[in-house]
Amino acid sequence: MSQVEEHQGTRRDFLYYATAGAGVVVTGAAVWPLVNQMNPSADVLALASIRVDISAVDPGTQLTVLWQGKPVFIRARTEEEIAEANAVDLASLPDGLSQNANLDPTADASDANRALSEDGVWLVQMGICTHLGCVPLGQAGDFNGWFCPCHGSHYDTAGRIRRGPAPRNLDIPVASFVDETTIQLG
Amino acid sequence: MAGIPHDHYEPKSNGEKWLYSRLPIVGLLYDTLMLPTPRNLNWMWIWGIVLVFTLVLQIITGIVLVMHYVPHVDMAFASVEHIMRDVNGGHMIRYFHQNGASLFFVAVYAHIFRSLYYGSYKAPREVTWIIGMLMYLLMMGTAFMGYVLPWGQMSFHGTAVITGLFGAIPFIGEGVQTWLLGASAVGQPALNRFFSLHYLMPFILLGLTIVHIWAFHTTGNNNPTGVEVRRTSKEDAAKDTLPFWPYFVIKDLFALAIILAVFVAIVGFMPNYLGHPDNYIPANALATPAHIVPEWYFLPFYAILRAFTADVWVVQIVQFLSFGIIDAKFFGVLAMFGAIAVMALAPWLDTSSVRSGKYRPMFKWWFWLLVVDFFVLMWVGARPAESPYDMISLVASTYWFAYFLVILPVLGVIEKPLTPPATIEEDYNAHYAPQSDSAPVVNPAE
Amino acid sequence: MNMLRNATLAAVAALALTSGQASAAGAEIKVTDYAFPFEGPFGQFDQMQLQRGLQVYTEICAACHGLQYLSFRNLGDEGGPHLPEDQVFAYAEFYEIFDQALFDGEGDFRPATPADKFPMSNLSNAPDLTLMAKARAGFSGPYGTGMAQLFQGMGGAEYIASLMTGYVEEPECALEGEPMDGYYNIAFAAGGFPDSCKGDHGEHLVPGSWIAMSPPLYGDDVTFEDGSSTELEAVAMDVAAFLMWTAEPKMMARKQAGLTGVIFLTLLSVLLYLTNKRLWAPYKNKKA
Repeated sequence: MSQVEEHQGTRRDFLYYATAGAGVVVTGAAVWPLVNQMNPSADVLALASIRVDISAVDPGTQLTVLWQGKPVFIRARTEEEIAEANAVDLASLPDGLSQNANLDPTADASDANRALSEDGVWLVQMGICTHLGCVPLGQAGDFNGWFCPCHGSHYDTAGRIRRGPAPRNLDIPVASFVDETTIQLG
Repeated sequence: MAGIPHDHYEPKSNGEKWLYSRLPIVGLLYDTLMLPTPRNLNWMWIWGIVLVFTLVLQIITGIVLVMHYVPHVDMAFASVEHIMRDVNGGHMIRYFHQNGASLFFVAVYAHIFRSLYYGSYKAPREVTWIIGMLMYLLMMGTAFMGYVLPWGQMSFHGTAVITGLFGAIPFIGEGVQTWLLGASAVGQPALNRFFSLHYLMPFILLGLTIVHIWAFHTTGNNNPTGVEVRRTSKEDAAKDTLPFWPYFVIKDLFALAIILAVFVAIVGFMPNYLGHPDNYIPANALATPAHIVPEWYFLPFYAILRAFTADVWVVQIVQFLSFGIIDAKFFGVLAMFGAIAVMALAPWLDTSSVRSGKYRPMFKWWFWLLVVDFFVLMWVGARPAESPYDMISLVASTYWFAYFLVILPVLGVIEKPLTPPATIEEDYNAHYAPQSDSAPVVNPAE
Repeated sequence: MNMLRNATLAAVAALALTSGQASAAGAEIKVTDYAFPFEGPFGQFDQMQLQRGLQVYTEICAACHGLQYLSFRNLGDEGGPHLPEDQVFAYAEFYEIFDQALFDGEGDFRPATPADKFPMSNLSNAPDLTLMAKARAGFSGPYGTGMAQLFQGMGGAEYIASLMTGYVEEPECALEGEPMDGYYNIAFAAGGFPDSCKGDHGEHLVPGSWIAMSPPLYGDDVTFEDGSSTELEAVAMDVAAFLMWTAEPKMMARKQAGLTGVIFLTLLSVLLYLTNKRLWAPYKNKKA
């Protein structure tokens, strides 16, 4: 008799646990969409990646585009600018890291690690001073690169901080070539 | 408390005692959950839990929708489409909310007609009934204002028509309508305030729900026999009842799961079936839809509103007697609100000494006629106001009033009711063999 | 229990009453019940049909009608036309849109990108088509019960296809009175209607009405790369299917979620049923 009762008890327990478990699963499945709806929506995500036509950017000029509400500098550098950037001793840089989102975070700040293209012509970086977020001016400052008028940060032709209060080199966003005249940001 | 005698919460551990002497919240929840409930409740006593669930569902999905919705005349429609297209899972959340309103009204009508049949409104449960009627009114207001928010054609022109009802009030009507809309016509002020109220009112409903439950926990549940639970002793009460948890919670959850399966099927496979397609056209003040039809749950009362036209003699007499103050339009408005008011007065209009319709042979017929009448009104409310629908709606509306104002009072006098069982236990044992004292009976075959 | 059964009976009786009524508003328009692949609980959009419909929209409808709630990127969505990414970019570039951010905030035109939306209608009297398939879903009867919609899956897509194929010769009664503006269409309800075609009580003697839009499709209006039929009816169905997708792009995800939900809840209710039965067993010894 006691065996029968025990058997009965296990079966009853199992049924109760199964029901409670199923209830939890159904509730959980209903809760997830309520959480997920707060993640970026499809239209926001669609703007996370844009394509920029660079066919009209001649060497020695810069295109500024707005990406996710922030300016991005796309510069076609001249031979002299590339040579100037390559001539810098990396050990003398205030920030020795590339700050390039396309590379390993520990990559050094050599010009090859900063430029987007193999030949070093294309330099794509966020147009936001790493100090307090002003927009630096192009072809200005003591190093012929960028100069932030707010607090006097000087960047060189590879967008690396050389002098002034800014702590880091200009950030390089995720970017790639779609074809020869189109760059995709993000 | 004057409730049914039963075991109350006793704090055992020191921690429980510590909390209990400061805030007896566990005791409150315990007594609520362990309420002695008549053991003979049938499947029509599940709608309360469906209603509580739906209210919570609407509040949660509503809060989520507000994170994406924009209450502006130029952006409301597009923001709903944004929810439907771009927000993660937004289309499901919106369809749940939209069809949740229908689930709400299916449940509330079943709940109301349950009460009408089993006499749940009768003494001593009048307060429960009146609060329920208030909640029903509030629900209708909330649903109407929610329908305005997508700012489609039906939203816009429906608002014009419904606020126009208040414009029918003599002397002050126009002022009231302008006050409601914040302008002489439907526009940004109306949208903004309806949005605010649509967000507020569900929380008032939630508060009233608690009062509603409090009220019937004080009187005890009604049951299919209409016989009260014995309060003579704890033992007697226990023979009539079982605790709400787990017996009725599990029973109600089972019913809820089935209802939700049907509901999810509707949301998944035909979410727009119950809605009006014109609401997928952005609001346009210059073009009125061919027929302005409210959502299905308003149709019975909408039919009553339209039934009393100027060529009905009752309307003509009232207009004459009131020196023209009550014209046909205002009469219709009075009739619509009156249809709900007479329902609210049912506890005092019903003169029968027997509570449950189960033991009232004549009442049954009239009650089921009322149910059919309700469906007829619902159908006729969606038809154009022309022959023969005008006649049908007039007859059906008349029956609605006659049921409450004439049939209920008269039946109590002329009807000879059957004798209900003396106790709930007697009724229960008539269906199920008396329980043996050893609790669970082991069935060897299992 | 008894009450539940009676309530069901009452509902059925009321419904029977409705469907038994003679048609008063019926026969106003003629809509054909086309068979679309997306009908029913398991129906899905046909990707190739949507692509053909997109082509018809682009080559013909887009001249006047917009799709302002649809984004170009949606064309690449799975379950939709599902164009490859480069085609989505190429398609978007066909359109020029006004961008307020350009030209130092004064705004300028630029080629559209996938993140942009389709343009609005070019003509003020040409309605936007994005939601048309949902906005025109409620025509179906019989007698205002929506039964056709429920049981035959009749909806806005059927209406659109019927409208495209609904241009027929004007009925003779229309020739008696003043010549009508527009074109006679047997599926269009909201247009002008000549008095000479009305009966004694103002009822319409012929279906449909006169629509302002000239017949957009005649058959063989487009050439499909997949060699699909370009007959009028086939093209009309393609564009109707496409517009059903623009109106309800998440339909397939929705049906899937619905099916999963129903299965889970059915399972849960079976478990709850057994739990409930077991719970009550000590108190419910059925009388022999």
